[in-house]
Amino acid sequence: MLPEFEFLRPHSLPEALAMLADQAPDVMPLAGGTNIIVELRDGHSSPKKLMDVGRLPELNGIGRKGEYIVIGGGTTITSLLTHPLIAQHGRALQEAASMLGNPFVRNRATVAGNLANASPAADTAPPLLALGAEVELVSVKGARWVSLDKFMVSVNKTLLEPNELLTSVRWPVPDARSEACFYKIGLRKADACSVINAAAMVIWDESDYCRQARIAIGAAAPRPVRAHAAEAALLGQPLTKDVIEGAARMAVQATEPIDDIRGTAAYRRRMAELMVRRLLTRIVESRAARRES
Amino acid sequence: MKPETITLNVNGCAHQVALAPNVTLLTALRDLGYTDVKCGCEKGDCGACAVLLAMPGAERAEAVNSCLVLAWQVDGARITTVAGLGTAERPHPLQAAFADAGAIQCGYCSPGFIIAAKALLDRNPHPTEREIREAVEGNLCRCTGYGHIIEAIQIAADKLLAGKGGVQ
Repeated sequence: MLPEFEFLRPHSLPEALAMLADQAPDVMPLAGGTNIIVELRDGHSSPKKLMDVGRLPELNGIGRKGEYIVIGGGTTITSLLTHPLIAQHGRALQEAASMLGNPFVRNRATVAGNLANASPAADTAPPLLALGAEVELVSVKGARWVSLDKFMVSVNKTLLEPNELLTSVRWPVPDARSEACFYKIGLRKADACSVINAAAMVIWDESDYCRQARIAIGAAAPRPVRAHAAEAALLGQPLTKDVIEGAARMAVQATEPIDDIRGTAAYRRRMAELMVRRLLTRIVESRAARRES
Repeated sequence: MKPETITLNVNGCAHQVALAPNVTLLTALRDLGYTDVKCGCEKGDCGACAVLLAMPGAERAEAVNSCLVLAWQVDGARITTVAGLGTAERPHPLQAAFADAGAIQCGYCSPGFIIAAKALLDRNPHPTEREIREAVEGNLCRCTGYGHIIEAIQIAADKLLAGKGGVQ
């Protein structure tokens, strides 16, 4: 049995924002519900009011706007799996989507929900960090774009103000000379929360040296983190085995793991290194394969 | 928390029901008599409560855990439960294949597995074994009869492709 709450049903984004402006601290937006309904049932959350944003047309859609790929916050994880723009310009996100939860959950869960819930293990966070994504936070007073790296503050804590809604996510269309990928470790092969997850993106310069790299690791700190030292170790370098191994060792510095029901801190530190090594190795192999074809 | 009347279109039958907002689709369906929708974990892990859901205006139905949906969220939507796929006299090929292949042991997980399989075959009539396994990632069988379940879905796919399927 779920606790009692009031249920708000706005029909448009302006109406939803007006409701938030009037009743903000008491209102929790509800989209797919795959996290919130479980939390309600377990007594971990007891909002006075839930606001159904799952039907707002303004929150749907995947498209290209100028130099950005923009996806509505209400985009379901399933719709990421088949969209050609995501396949072309967000492969790491697509890989993460294919491993998030299970097919029933993916049909309901949304990108905004996964990010705003701010679980350290959120599977869409590392690929979006690797892609350099920003989130759009909108209230009746206006909209602001915030980098995803700043948005996620700590466990279940974000920069989202009570009167704001996370309406869309965007990232720059990746350079033609770039590759990105995602990897996660769960306790089962399927339908598993990540013990640790990670994504990386590398952009090469004309001489085939690393021009830019972003590496992100989840479930190994209170929030998904960028591995800045590891990224710096790749800059201006060719991605040789030695360079990759050096970067992988440095990636561990970004983590502050804990022991919990899914794994130990020591295991997570070892896996952080292993995953970054595997990701970068796969990125190099993907690039080689793409050049041959 | 006042109850409000919403419309649930279940297996082709429109129900006007007065419900409080904290009632899940799972509870609403079972209270309406659709006890073929099973209550398992109520956390989205087991898939026993899966139904096909087509929101108003949606192009196609998608399989969801009815325990993770509030009934008010799907006011006006079309819902198909496993009983809506066929009857005892004219079972859906998936239902027939589950019986024929011995894919039903205690039977509690079967409705959810068949819903997952229906969603798969609707978009991919000729799935590989790997695709079948991926499609049922959200379903648990505590009798562990997975082998026969995978086999049953393959048999149903073959039958449907061969056009001898009866109702679809």
